[in-house]
Amino acid sequence: MPPSTVTIQQADFDLSAEVAALRDGDAQVGAVASFIGTVRDRSDGSSVWAMELEHYPGMTERAIEAMVDEARRRFHIRGVRVIHRVGALMPRDQIVLVVVTSAHRHDAFQACEFLMDYLKTQAPFWKKETTPDGARWVDARQADDAALARWGLKLDNAV
Amino acid sequence: MRIQIRYFASLREALGAQETIGVDAGTTLGALRDQLIARGGEHARCLARGRAVRSALDQVMADDTAPLHDGAEVAFFPPVTGG
Repeated sequence: MPPSTVTIQQADFDLSAEVAALRDGDAQVGAVASFIGTVRDRSDGSSVWAMELEHYPGMTERAIEAMVDEARRRFHIRGVRVIHRVGALMPRDQIVLVVVTSAHRHDAFQACEFLMDYLKTQAPFWKKETTPDGARWVDARQADDAALARWGLKLDNAV
Repeated sequence: MRIQIRYFASLREALGAQETIGVDAGTTLGALRDQLIARGGEHARCLARGRAVRSALDQVMADDTAPLHDGAEVAFFPPVTGG
């Protein structure tokens, strides 16, 4: 079984290289689903000039690894790769990568979305945006809690 | 018993990154939050009941009922906004 690897890093990442590494030597893979989150230049009606991402070292990795374990219980998947960047980011920069491999597409799609819904509300990251009016911490969205609730997980974050 | 408290994001800016304090045996995470609120000032404002504050015990999300232990690592932080 290919590995699950979670990395928190300041450096950028390369989708093609990560997919190639995850597929390497695994001929059982018939589907690869990936998601990349990127920095928008507008948020809540104002321009965003830059973003700073803070996290809780140690807990972050543990939390995401627990999510991957849960994804493995729910879906027939093979490899999982998660990269989340921290530190200073600019509009259009990549923030987060989730790649899932499986034998068939349904499990890969489902597991990728499940992991992102889970990560948005349960992994200890915080975004601070620099706008023309100054720096501000981003508010959590109840819509993200609702997205996780669709999977039967009632773990409120925003309220 | 001695416990370490860590703060993140807006709470870190207001309260500092971490502190180590002594608490009575049997103290729960919720009771600790109430003790910090009782200090008044920025602690009372940032940790006030009714404000969205999340907590972790030993690097796992935890609620007010979680019992603390000697050497515990407790963290308070705002709702998370990664991804």
